[in-house]
Amino acid sequence: MKLLIVDDSKVIRNRIERALSFRKVKKVITAANGEEALGLFRQELPDLVTMDITMPKLDGIDCTAAMVSLKPDVQILIVSAIADKATAIEALKRGANGFLLKPFTDVQLNDALATLMRGRDHG
Amino acid sequence: MDEHDIQVLIDGTVGYFHGLVDRTTEIGAPYLMARDQPVISDYTGIISIDGARHGLIYFTAPSAMLRHVLLANGEVQASTELMADIVGEVANTISGNARKHFGSEFQISVPTVHRGAGAAQALYLAERSFLIPISWRQYQAALVVSLQD
Repeated sequence: MKLLIVDDSKVIRNRIERALSFRKVKKVITAANGEEALGLFRQELPDLVTMDITMPKLDGIDCTAAMVSLKPDVQILIVSAIADKATAIEALKRGANGFLLKPFTDVQLNDALATLMRGRDHG
Repeated sequence: MDEHDIQVLIDGTVGYFHGLVDRTTEIGAPYLMARDQPVISDYTGIISIDGARHGLIYFTAPSAMLRHVLLANGEVQASTELMADIVGEVANTISGNARKHFGSEFQISVPTVHRGAGAAQALYLAERSFLIPISWRQYQAALVVSLQD
């Protein structure tokens, strides 16, 4: 399984990669903005994506919609500080599968990814 | 900005530092900052606000404190690149969390980051700016909220 981590903060990209205790993930790819993420997505077609929202070039919600149109069964976890319900609902409408609010703990991250993968396996 | 709005940002600051960094971080009572004497530390992350309110929120902190925040995020090396990264991320996280209260019309930009006193040139402050003091050991950081309706 391939995971793409998308966040404009290198600290957060590193943090997510270090926190992963998800054994099924065999390859991790990272991107610093939506445009770069979409390019990598087309090349690698990852199974799982963690996606920030507020990023330069292309925001996480538009990037999510573009990825879902390319690979409808991709599982996308929004990992963002943006805490209002309208944004979370918009992200889900555009194809995201889950939402994790920053700041997060390693346990919360792994639980959110596990929930996503359970949904995929049972979907 | 009313008292409740400021409290939302204080709560967000407490949530970030006590939840992720260190419960010994002290968040002080906010006060009005002089417009012509903005508080600036080693690194400053600025978030522009647009929509129903206009202005900016910035987080400014000394390198020593940012090293501690980086450590809390699992980074053992505190390069200038990572310190600039984390100062922007703190500003982004606290501002983004505030949308739970302010709603989606509280539009936040990606952070712009400045090193040193030059940050003052990038600050277009509203008539009234509130400073929320943040203390860790002997170090002082601040979250500054400068918004108008």
